[in-house]
Amino acid sequence: MGNTKTTALSGAVLAAVMLALSACGGGGGGATGEVAAPPSDPKEVSGEIKVLTQRTDLVQNGTLQKYAAEFNKIYPKVKVKFDGITDYEGEVKIRMNTNAYGDVLLIPGAVAKSDYPKFFAPLGTTAELSKYRFSDKAEVDGKVYGIAQFGTANGFVYNKKLWKRAGVTAWPKTPDEFLAGLKAVKEKTGATPYYTNFKDGWPMVQWTSNLGVVGCDAQASNALAGPVSPWKAGGELNTIDTLLYDIVKQGLSEKDPTTTNWETSKAFLGGGEIATMMLGSWSITQMQDAAKKAGGTPEDIGFMPFPIQKDGKHCAGLVSDYQQAVSVHSHNKPAARAWVDWFTEKSGFAEKEGVVSAVKSAPMPATLKEFVDNDVRFFDRSEAKTAAVNDIDEAAEIGLNKPDYRQKLIDTARGAAKGSLEDFFADLDKRWDEAAKTVGS
Amino acid sequence: MTGRSSTDKAEADTLGRRSRPAGRRRGPTAGRTRSWRDSPLRRITPWLFLAAPLALLITFTYVPVASMISYSFTDWDGVSPDREYVGFDNYVRIFTRPEFFRVFFVSGYYLAASVVQIAVALYFAVILSFNLRFRSFFKGILFFPYLINGVAIGFVFLYFFQDGGTLDSVLAWLGVTSDHPWLGDPTSANVSLAGVSVWRFTGLNFVLFLGAIQSIPGELYEAAELDGAGKWKQFRHIIAPSIKPVISLSAILAISGSLSVFEIPYIMTGGATGTQTFVIQTIKLAFQFNKTGLASAAAVVLLLIILLITWIQRRLVPDDKVDLV
Repeated sequence: MGNTKTTALSGAVLAAVMLALSACGGGGGGATGEVAAPPSDPKEVSGEIKVLTQRTDLVQNGTLQKYAAEFNKIYPKVKVKFDGITDYEGEVKIRMNTNAYGDVLLIPGAVAKSDYPKFFAPLGTTAELSKYRFSDKAEVDGKVYGIAQFGTANGFVYNKKLWKRAGVTAWPKTPDEFLAGLKAVKEKTGATPYYTNFKDGWPMVQWTSNLGVVGCDAQASNALAGPVSPWKAGGELNTIDTLLYDIVKQGLSEKDPTTTNWETSKAFLGGGEIATMMLGSWSITQMQDAAKKAGGTPEDIGFMPFPIQKDGKHCAGLVSDYQQAVSVHSHNKPAARAWVDWFTEKSGFAEKEGVVSAVKSAPMPATLKEFVDNDVRFFDRSEAKTAAVNDIDEAAEIGLNKPDYRQKLIDTARGAAKGSLEDFFADLDKRWDEAAKTVGS
Repeated sequence: MTGRSSTDKAEADTLGRRSRPAGRRRGPTAGRTRSWRDSPLRRITPWLFLAAPLALLITFTYVPVASMISYSFTDWDGVSPDREYVGFDNYVRIFTRPEFFRVFFVSGYYLAASVVQIAVALYFAVILSFNLRFRSFFKGILFFPYLINGVAIGFVFLYFFQDGGTLDSVLAWLGVTSDHPWLGDPTSANVSLAGVSVWRFTGLNFVLFLGAIQSIPGELYEAAELDGAGKWKQFRHIIAPSIKPVISLSAILAISGSLSVFEIPYIMTGGATGTQTFVIQTIKLAFQFNKTGLASAAAVVLLLIILLITWIQRRLVPDDKVDLV
């Protein structure tokens, strides 16, 4: 076990890189508070901008370059360069210790909201940007610092053929109906009813995106900002996490969750070996592709809302994806802003990816047609207090948007970790409330 | 003998030059006849050679450690341009939260595994130090795992332990139908991970032992054989005592390595299902919960623990000179 050396060395290299980067910080760049206003004349704005993105696949297959070419038809003098980053959160966070972290970037989750004015140029006032969804997520003191790339609805991606063979054709209306449906899938088709993606972890974070669905409450996320015991009986998170717990407890998930694999899970769902997964609507197009490759058709892939109803209707919360921002240090702010506006409104990216456009007036994408046809009630989940909620979450070391606590939940459900669900929730509540008190003070 | 005498000569030269009041006897014109040996450049030559490694050592080891220690006294979140000095607050928090140290139980699995690892490595090193057929081939096989990147090993063994993966299929061929999720519960997950660790690091111990054993003069074995000593007695009385320093070094590496296990569990389970180690916990504090200050303090604590254990060990097992002849 002589691995001390390698860990120490890699740690030292990482630390040295961070140090070297932080040494470059300070001074230069643009003035804080200068608004990155959209240019008045598209023909005049010029300069080179670097756009950071987590979609390395779209950089590699040239899709983004095609968007840039389209953009150049309107803004001929702007040169757009893309920088695809695999570990977006981890890497950009470190890069932000310098001034040169790109002109357009997606706001990393690690940046505290109060620091936004130090890193990003304001894009306008709340009123000016009211045509966009989710702008309250990046609003500080009446100014908006980011525009959402797009939004997604949350729900279960499922294999229609399998559910049909199991005899379930209508969407389950309660968690119990949903569990009964999964059980029927298991008994009648032999497929894995639900796949947790435990090993890769991040797909389990999607469960948090259901916040608000239970009570059809756009303020559900904001309501967590405080010592409110989010996992108390009847709470949104209690209902959501109990469903996951029950799925695993009743043996309706894959046999060995510890060695799951995201990439193969897509093929399994398309090919009919897995019946259901909890994901955002962004995943539908990927699943349809995978279904085609596995010998099925895109029509095999369905999307159902969380199995709960309010006033006889299903609800689906729309949650924003990453927010695009303009660096406060950018030397080409008008060009950068032009790209953000164009990409959000005119690129057609949201339609193509089957996600909800950030522009309020844009129609729902084809992937959510079933939701629209079945009168699912959509609501934009407010993100006004997300920063405060994140602070509590981090202080409590729970990780609503990290896989760890749900991995523990699943371990508890399948008996690999000691304790009951009640104790588990009680512990989370205790940690949350204590953290809320210290952060608030 | 030749090597010895030349060093003596060099020493004498240096001494001679030092005792001579340099420069006074030679005039300013003497520069032309000066040999390289007297050039002022010669004095800085060793420093020139040392400059590169020293620069690397300082930039990549000491400066980062120093800044890590300075972060540990702040509440830095890893991004914000502002950080506040909080004194020993982070250290107080670490020592008032016992769950931070609970993860050291996981190290017990790796510590137990490293006993196995040292035993296996020693066994093969002894066997392969004698003349055997395919000796080099087996040496290669044993050392090979150590050459593979830790990340690759993590992925390979993830498939190995998968439900219906390599291990399950091999067991099925042997007629054992196993339906055990190897990484499924804390005990079997930790044992599996520790097993991977043994597989990976045995080669390193093996090579260390082999090198030490091969420095033992061959006549000793011959003499022992003439006296009627068998292989076991040769091992007990010749090999074991002469490689004692290497064994004690391996033990130190094993203990500090067990406390700071990282790559294999991080890649294979991400610390889920009770396989979290102290380093994984620290990484999560820093990069998941943005508590860079607290995480730095945790890293400093780990460093101190390892230094302390090494020191205690050196006191208990002093580094004796090996004298066989």
